[in-house]
Amino acid sequence: MAEMLIITGLETFYGKIQALRGVDLHINKGEIVTLIGANGAGKSTLLMSICGRVKARSGAIVLEGLDITKAQTHEIIQMGVSQSPEGRRIFPRMTVMENLQLGATTNQMAYFDEDVAKVFDLFPRLNERKNQRGGTLSGGEQQMLAIGRALMSRPKLLLMDEPSLGIAPILVRQIFKAIGRISKEEHVTIFLVEQNAFHALKLADRGYVMVNGAISMTGTGSELLARPEVRAAYLEGGAH
Amino acid sequence: MEYFIQQLINGVTLGSIYGLIAIGYTMVYGIIGMINFAHGDIFMISAFIALIGLLILFGAGISWLPFLLLAVLILSMFLTAAWGWVVERIAYRPLRGSFRLAPLISAIGMSLFLQNFVQIAQGARIKPLPPVVSGGFILMDSGDFTVNLSYLQIVIVVLTLVLMTGFSLLISKTALGRQQRACEQDRTMAALVGINVDRTISLTFVIGAALASVAGLMFLLYYGVIDFFIGFLAGIKAFTAAVLGGIGSLPGAMLGGLLIGLIETFWSAYFTIEYKDVAAFSILVLVLIFRPTGLLGQPEIEKV
Repeated sequence: MAEMLIITGLETFYGKIQALRGVDLHINKGEIVTLIGANGAGKSTLLMSICGRVKARSGAIVLEGLDITKAQTHEIIQMGVSQSPEGRRIFPRMTVMENLQLGATTNQMAYFDEDVAKVFDLFPRLNERKNQRGGTLSGGEQQMLAIGRALMSRPKLLLMDEPSLGIAPILVRQIFKAIGRISKEEHVTIFLVEQNAFHALKLADRGYVMVNGAISMTGTGSELLARPEVRAAYLEGGAH
Repeated sequence: MEYFIQQLINGVTLGSIYGLIAIGYTMVYGIIGMINFAHGDIFMISAFIALIGLLILFGAGISWLPFLLLAVLILSMFLTAAWGWVVERIAYRPLRGSFRLAPLISAIGMSLFLQNFVQIAQGARIKPLPPVVSGGFILMDSGDFTVNLSYLQIVIVVLTLVLMTGFSLLISKTALGRQQRACEQDRTMAALVGINVDRTISLTFVIGAALASVAGLMFLLYYGVIDFFIGFLAGIKAFTAAVLGGIGSLPGAMLGGLLIGLIETFWSAYFTIEYKDVAAFSILVLVLIFRPTGLLGQPEIEKV
C-alpha cells in the first residue's frame, strides 16, 4: 500500500525543552490512524510539526514522496494537508460561512457550493447557524465547524486534534460517526489525535501510543484495545 | 452660526486627512499588534513624492487639473506603497517572533531614519507649493462673515468617502479582506487554512501606505507647505485618532480621525490656537479613562 506520510526520527524543541524525541510513524493512503497518549506527551506538537508550525531540529517528514520538513505552513496546506486543530480555533468574529470560505483558501473557493453542501449534509447544525459568528457557537458546533472548515480545501490528509475534547457525549458519538463517513465517502486519509482512546481505537485501522515525546507502542486498533497496558493507562474509567 | 458652520467644514476636512492616516495605524496594530511609528513619516514621504510629481508635471507644461491630480495621486500611491512594503520587509519582518518591544524600537528607528533621509535629500527648509486648486462656493453671507466651501475641501472629503467606502468593502467582502481579518484574529490558524501570512502582512503595510499617500497629497494641496518634520505631529494625531476610535477597529479609525479633526478645529476657533494639541490629547485621555478600548474598540474575546 502506498504511503501518504512518513515521519522518521523527528525531534523538536521548545527552547531547551525537547518535545519530540525521535518519532517514527507512517500513514498509508486511505487509512484512519490514531495517536493516543496522555496530556503533554507531544501529540499536538507532532501535528503542528507536520504542518510546519513547529520546526524540526532533526528527522524528516515526507508527504507522498516529497520532503516537507522545511516547507512553510501555507505551502504544506497547498499540498493537501489540512488540520482541525486543538481548541478548534474558529475565527471568532467571522460567520460560519466566512470560516468555511477561509477553509477553501487553497482552491480559491472553486468548488465552494458543492463542498459547503457536503459539509452541511455531514453537520446539518452548521446550516442552521450559517450566518452566526463563530465565537457564539457552542463547543460542539465549533468542533463541527473546525472539521468542516478543514474539509473545504479537499485535503488528502486530514489531521484532527482531539475532536472530542470538552464536548457533550452525545455530540462525541456524532462527530466520530462523521469522521468515519469522511474516510469512507471522501476517501480522505485521517490522522486522529485523541485522549478518548476507546472511541478512537474502535474507529481506527491502526494506532500509535505516544509517551513522553516518543512512540511506545503500535498496532491495529483492535490489537491496541486488547493490550492490558493500554487498557490500564488510557481506558479504565475513561470509556464512555 | 456662520462661524460655526465654517469651522465644521474645516474640521471635517482636517478629520478626513487624519482618518486616512489612522487606518494605517489601526490595520497594522490589528494584524501584528505593533504600533508602526514610521507610518507618519511614510505620510511625509508621500507628500514629498506628490510635490516632486506636481513640479515635474508643471515643468512639462501640463496644466489640465483633473489629469494633473489623478496622475500625481496614482504615482504617489504606488511609490509610497513601495516604501511601506520595503519598510516592513527590512525593519519589521526580520524581527517577527522576537520579543514584543523589538519591532517597536525598530519602528522608532525607521521613523528617525526616514526624517533624516528626507532632511538630507531634500533640505530642511519648508517647501512651498503655489495653490493648485483654488476657488469654491460661498455658502452663506451674513455681511460680516462668509462661509466658504472650497473646491479643494469638496475634493478631499469626497475622495476620502470614496476611498473609505471602497476600503471597507475590500475588507468585509473580498477574499483578500477575509484573509486579512483571519490573520488578525488568529495568525496560526490563518496559516493552517493555507493563507500566506507574511504576504498578507506585507499587503497590510502596502494598503496603509497607499491610503496615507492620499492624505499626503491632500495635506500638500490644503496647506501648501511641507517639510521633513510634518510626519511626526500628523502621525501622532492620527495615532491618537486610531486609539480614540478603538485601535484595531477600522470604523473606529475613521470616526477617531473625524473627531480629532473637529476637536482641533473648534478649539482653535473658540479658544486658543496654541492649545489645540492639548485639547485633542486631553479628549483622548478622558476617553481612555472611561472607555479603555476606545469608542468602537472591542475588548479581547475570551476563548471558550
